[in-house]
Amino acid sequence: MPPNTQDTDLLDIDDILSEEEILLRDSVRGFVEDKILPNIASWYEAGRFELDLVKDLANLGIFGMTLDGYGGGGARARAYGIALRELEAGDSGLRSFVSVQSSLTMNGIYMFGSEEQKNEWLPKMASGDALGCFGLTEPDAGSNPAAMKTNAVQKGGDWEINGVKTWITNGSISDVALVWAQTEETNSTGGIRGFLVPTDSKGFSATDISEKASMRASITSEISLNGVLVPDEFRLPEATGLKAALSCLSEARFGICFGAVGAARSCLETAIDYSQTREVFAKPLAALALTQDKLVNMATLYSNAGLVAMHLAALKESGKATPAHISYGKRNNVAAAREIAREARSVLGANGISLAYPPIRHMANLESVYTYEGTHEIHTLVLGQKLTGHSAF
Amino acid sequence: MKIAVCVKQIPDPAEEGSLDDATKTLKREGKLILDDSDAYGVEMALQLADSAGGEVVLVSMAPNGETNGLRTALAMGAESAILVSDPALQGTDALGTAKVLAAALKTASPDLILTATESTDGYTGTVPEQIAELLEWPSVTFAKSITIDGDKVKVERQTEVGYDEVECPTPCVVSVTAGVVEPRYPSFKGIMAAKSKPLEEKTIADLGIDASQIGWEGARQEIVDVAEVPAREAGEVITDEGDAHEKIVDFLKEMKVV
Ligand SMILES: Cc1cc2nc3c(=O)[nH]c(=O)nc-3n(C[C@H](O)[C@H](O)[C@H](O)COP(=O)(O)OP(=O)(O)OC[C@H]3O[C@@H](n4cnc5c(N)ncnc54)[C@H](O)[C@@H]3O)c2cc1C
Ligand SMILES: Cc1cc2nc3c(=O)[nH]c(=O)nc-3n(C[C@H](O)[C@H](O)[C@H](O)COP(=O)(O)OP(=O)(O)OC[C@H]3O[C@@H](n4cnc5c(N)ncnc54)[C@H](O)[C@@H]3O)c2cc1C
Repeated sequence: MPPNTQDTDLLDIDDILSEEEILLRDSVRGFVEDKILPNIASWYEAGRFELDLVKDLANLGIFGMTLDGYGGGGARARAYGIALRELEAGDSGLRSFVSVQSSLTMNGIYMFGSEEQKNEWLPKMASGDALGCFGLTEPDAGSNPAAMKTNAVQKGGDWEINGVKTWITNGSISDVALVWAQTEETNSTGGIRGFLVPTDSKGFSATDISEKASMRASITSEISLNGVLVPDEFRLPEATGLKAALSCLSEARFGICFGAVGAARSCLETAIDYSQTREVFAKPLAALALTQDKLVNMATLYSNAGLVAMHLAALKESGKATPAHISYGKRNNVAAAREIAREARSVLGANGISLAYPPIRHMANLESVYTYEGTHEIHTLVLGQKLTGHSAF
Repeated sequence: MKIAVCVKQIPDPAEEGSLDDATKTLKREGKLILDDSDAYGVEMALQLADSAGGEVVLVSMAPNGETNGLRTALAMGAESAILVSDPALQGTDALGTAKVLAAALKTASPDLILTATESTDGYTGTVPEQIAELLEWPSVTFAKSITIDGDKVKVERQTEVGYDEVECPTPCVVSVTAGVVEPRYPSFKGIMAAKSKPLEEKTIADLGIDASQIGWEGARQEIVDVAEVPAREAGEVITDEGDAHEKIVDFLKEMKVV
């Protein structure tokens, strides 16, 4: 089937895309429509991430798409954003998988790794032959990662790592975990360092978090590190301090700005389609003013979020994107998508709570997206500080 | 091994098409896309070139210098493309199309030509055999699998009850059944690489084709009339009173399905 190009975007934002970006959009959209949409409801219900998708995603060239060399694609920011947007129209879990593999872990290695580390990991991660995860959050340190307790102590030439990381996407299916830990290194940037921990290391274990009501088609794990020994060559040499971890997050947040727009499109399209065929009081739902008000509000939030994503891409491509810009995009676009998902769900009435239609799934997923990669509130504080100069953290 | 794939670029079937009142033919003014039917041929060719070595060249005839569908197929991995586009081609029927494609294919000197069994928009299902006849090459239809064995191809040819195993010397024309392989999704790298792949545009003069053979003048087919597809009749609802299965079986018998 050719991809669905139904027009929900009142501003025709994609008209600014290049011919190549449109081909990429259609390719990823076609993949999502053929391979994801027919199956996602049952995967979601079963709480399952389909590992067969890894090769498909690698074949599309999405892992490390923006990296130069090491198996990367040398793509510009906007093209990568478009790919993530289309993936998240399938499911936020699919986009999360890519964000963790590509934006957080591969990018972390690319930005802060040694030449040996890059050569060792990046090509096989680009081809999907190795998977990675990113371990920052802990049971007692989420919004404030500086309070992390996981620590790494030097023992001869090795580091001994102890601690617990939780809510780690892809934790139990990864070959390598990028683990952030406190060390006794003291310099102006603080003692937090990043370590590439092979998941078959002695003392490393990962247990999946069950009973999730959101992001069910994605694996989320708790990782425990019990006296794990890694040589100094596994430490990311250029990652000094928490700001290294935060700059990986910036990359992933940029992707979420686009991804959220994809989830929103799926919800909006479903609501429009449904309202055309559903009759109430002898009229199509779509012909009622209250429904049109909902649809127009959703479409406005949707196109505005799309514009924000495109503008952020332009800033990023010209090297001008700041963390505050990214906070604006993550905060605005995820909130918009969350709002759209709820409204779309209401348009579908009782069918809106069925996994046979995408909105309830996106709605539940977007609760995770609202919280991870910097909670909505934390981004509010970042922007509040930007406007006033006062830190309200 | 040089494999040429005929790819038709067609109006997006997802969008409502319309007919030209005067000529009763499909309007093709908007952007055209790669016919899904031909994506199978492209995939088959890429797999053959991967396993037997060789290259894949695309050949298409389309109005207004359209290259969009060709770009998609180049992004999938084909090496180069030939497009025949010429205002004089307007009105060309299936035989005329086959003449143009055969002439363009000759310039590529392929060892094997793949096509779909029928296009999604015109679906006369006649072009492949006409090309073979014009080139005086053998042709095999409805392939579900192809293997290359020296200077012949072995084809599993789909039939109503199973498949025939057919051998055919190359060069030859093979039409590929839809759905027999899974066309790859163009990758980001493939899309970027496609930008710099050779895409040669030819006119009928370049191919030495006499204008009287093509266009409205050369067409031997004429569309005399078109009619709306009759609306689908409401189905029959069978309420199960213990005998619904029998009624369904009777119905299927009546339809001669069982
Ligand atoms: C599905 C999923 C996948 C995840 N994947 C990963 C992963 O791969 N790697 C990883 O490291 N982490 C991951 N996380 C963890 C995520 O990043 C954290 O949950 C997030 O940072 C919030 O931390 P917390 O849950 O501890 O909430 P807390 O920090 O305890 O926050 C609780 C509430 O308090 C608010 N709050 C906190 N501080 C303030 C303040 N100063 N002022 C006002 N309000 C405040 C928060 O906004 C929030 O509403 C994932 C989470 C989920 C749900
Ligand atoms: C009187 C008449 C006037 C027409 N006028 C026009 C016109 O003005 N403009 C116009 O575009 N069409 C016109 N057509 C339609 C067009 O010529 C046919 O679609 C074309 O001849 C191919 O027929 P088909 O699609 O039925 O091919 P089929 O035999 O069903 O196609 C089988 C396979 O052959 C290959 N193939 C077929 N056509 C092409 C192609 N063009 N390029 C590459 N590979 C191909 C593909 O692999 C295809 O899947 C006209 C047809 C008629 C009868």
